[in-house]
Amino acid sequence: MATAAGEIGVIGGIAAKFRTCPVTALKIDLAAERLIKANAVAAVVFLAIGGVLGLLVALTRWPAVHLLDSDTFYMVLTAHGLNVLLFWIIFFEMAILYFASAVLLNCRLAAPQFAWIAFVLMVAGALLTDFTVLQGDSSVMFTSYVPLRASPNFYLGLILFAVGALIGCMVFFGTLVVAREERTYEGSVPLVTFGAIAAAVIAVFTIASGAIILIPTWLWSLGYIGHIDTLMYKLVWWGMGHSSQQINVSAHVAVWYAIAAILLGAKPLSEKVSRTAFLFYILFLQLASAHHLLVEPGLSSEWKVFNTSYALYLAVLGSLIHGMTVPGAIEAAQRRNGYVHGMFEWLRRAPWGNPAFSGMFLSLVMFGFIGGISGVVLGTEQLNIMMHNTLYVPGHFHGTVVAGTTLAFMALTYLVLPLIFRREVMWPGLAKWQPWLFGIGAGGISLFMLGAGTLGVARRHWDITFADAILSFDYPATAFLMLGLNGIFAILATVGGALYVAITVASVLFGRPVHERNALHALGPLPQRVVESGSSAQVGRHGSEGFGHLPGTYTLVAVFFVAFALYYFVNWKYLSELWPLS
Amino acid sequence: MAVRPPESRVWWNEPVATGELVWIGIAFLWGLFMFFMMIYWHLEGKQNLSAEVYRVKPDRYVKKVEAFVEQYRIGDEGDTGYPLVAPPPGSDVYLLARLWEFWPVLQLEKGQSYRLHLSSADWQHGFSLQPVNLNIQVHPGLEHIVTITPTESGVFSVVCNEFCGAGHHQMTGRIRVVEPGQGR
Amino acid sequence: MSDTGTSEKIPFMQRVLDNPFLLLFLGVTVPATLYLVWGLVELTQIPVAE
Repeated sequence: MATAAGEIGVIGGIAAKFRTCPVTALKIDLAAERLIKANAVAAVVFLAIGGVLGLLVALTRWPAVHLLDSDTFYMVLTAHGLNVLLFWIIFFEMAILYFASAVLLNCRLAAPQFAWIAFVLMVAGALLTDFTVLQGDSSVMFTSYVPLRASPNFYLGLILFAVGALIGCMVFFGTLVVAREERTYEGSVPLVTFGAIAAAVIAVFTIASGAIILIPTWLWSLGYIGHIDTLMYKLVWWGMGHSSQQINVSAHVAVWYAIAAILLGAKPLSEKVSRTAFLFYILFLQLASAHHLLVEPGLSSEWKVFNTSYALYLAVLGSLIHGMTVPGAIEAAQRRNGYVHGMFEWLRRAPWGNPAFSGMFLSLVMFGFIGGISGVVLGTEQLNIMMHNTLYVPGHFHGTVVAGTTLAFMALTYLVLPLIFRREVMWPGLAKWQPWLFGIGAGGISLFMLGAGTLGVARRHWDITFADAILSFDYPATAFLMLGLNGIFAILATVGGALYVAITVASVLFGRPVHERNALHALGPLPQRVVESGSSAQVGRHGSEGFGHLPGTYTLVAVFFVAFALYYFVNWKYLSELWPLS
Repeated sequence: MAVRPPESRVWWNEPVATGELVWIGIAFLWGLFMFFMMIYWHLEGKQNLSAEVYRVKPDRYVKKVEAFVEQYRIGDEGDTGYPLVAPPPGSDVYLLARLWEFWPVLQLEKGQSYRLHLSSADWQHGFSLQPVNLNIQVHPGLEHIVTITPTESGVFSVVCNEFCGAGHHQMTGRIRVVEPGQGR
Repeated sequence: MSDTGTSEKIPFMQRVLDNPFLLLFLGVTVPATLYLVWGLVELTQIPVAE
């Protein structure tokens, strides 16, 4: 365990305990490393809780199973949303922020004691909200729209969690300052760190919106405030509710770049282009909070059109750029590695046996094709009339947050285990299949909910047969089939998720320690270089230098664009057949 | 590598590959197209949500709906206990969302336009007209007036698609659409 | 900041992108103005029913 014992050394100007990473030669501040571990462990715990709750939701929606009674269903659905949409992803994102600042900048973490306070607040807040929900009188859904009223502790827990996350963001920004002051890196921060900056900026807006609305709502639940306007609540709440998922987008795009860099040596094709795309996220991604307010009375169409389009779709432009530059960087790196034959040798011979790569690439494809396209369609002002509050909405965000973000974070875990926990991944044979199981499960959940939503099925609804309603109604039979298939794919995703939790926990507890000797091996299968080592001198200073022609990537984006445009127009066609409305 | 600082001190001036530029151009134009598509639909499309909204006290709105029902009631909706209300074409039609029903049952004529008033007596609800699949959010305290024109006859259901508590899944309503001139 | 390479002047946009606090300021004020403030102003202007 030569590298395990911390050396006292100077990182920048101040003495801190660090170790030197045997793979990257970066100095890793041990305080940062402990915080990354703590946040990652908490994230996985809340993923496990939220995942089980999600399975219960899907099994209740499956008409033939209809597992839970209605009160339990609404309680479980509330808890499911909170645990996965907030707790799992934000704990993991805290780990990413500390990694992208302290580790990638070769720097000590600013004020680790504050980062621990942040962690404790987040854990306490998450547990308080969870316990409050499980008492059964706070089944107000993730959105907790007033005048639905939860117990005061429901809001208090969320406020504590948000304050903790805000402190974590401040530690991140503080670390950027320390790194610059102490000159621990040359020039500009790495692209992955830049993506983390985008995520942290959006996180600050998210948390500020949450504070503006949750603190008065907490006081209202205690009786100190008499009335909260329902539309104002919704407007500000979505500044948190939707933007929190935009933190994910920035973070998982950064994760895509990081995995491509670590496994394949991929360089950004152009720093300028990729960073500008992140800048579009920073400026405009949060505007899409308006997606939830498109059929709301009281807001003008000018406000709706401008905000729902993220300012003339500039943030979508950001995503479309990343959607090309990430596979493009991989293709350029693989061609540099010698896989130059045909259009797709670079992709066929990519390290598909490595769960970090397969998870990352599946996340990229499904985020684009399922989550991305459905999101733009759902967020088109008039098209939203056919989709608002149907299962189309959870269908969309299971494509972004589950098949996109969660799968990307799972993929990154297979590198975090050897590099940060310094443990080999247990059961590599199973790990190889894990992203596929989870990814295909999540993709199916998403697609079948999109399908049921297209047929009009309401979201957050316990009984689509309306057995207890006085005025009866039947959804089309196809909707029942869709929800049955949704249940089956939820089981598949649960198996994949359980495997992830089992592999992660087992590796942390019982995995073989990683030393200098097995460090590279522990990263899993890497692409074989088929060119002589001498030619590495040809590597350009930026990714597209010498490898500007990327036929495989062009083909992939062309297919994507055609799918996007066709689906977009099909929905306008459907809309034109709807009852006229003005 | 994306996990290392850029190798050039001044990376902003590095050339961008042609393929990348072409894609950025296409993506930018596509975004502009999608933006102007929404504006175009406001001018030429027939499905746009009305912006006519008033603040109203929930109990005041309930009284308006009751007066409306009294004026145009033509009978009962079977043995459900719901009044069946047939307002004249072109008139103001009121629908009340409350825990856990849409009240009353409306009878409209195919091809005629109605000014449909939507509001809630208590919590937020979702007006989801099925199987048409037309969805509008309903708030307490906001009276939203949308002009709606049924294009087919039959029995249509209103499903609440905003979670509104324990009885949410029982909350439905009904709109009957008859051929012009029938049923009054 | 870096002393490697030439003394070529760092372009304006690169300096913007290298300044996380400027980005933080922009990333909070732009959506706060366009989404929150604009939206809240509209809510206050909803007329009262007669």
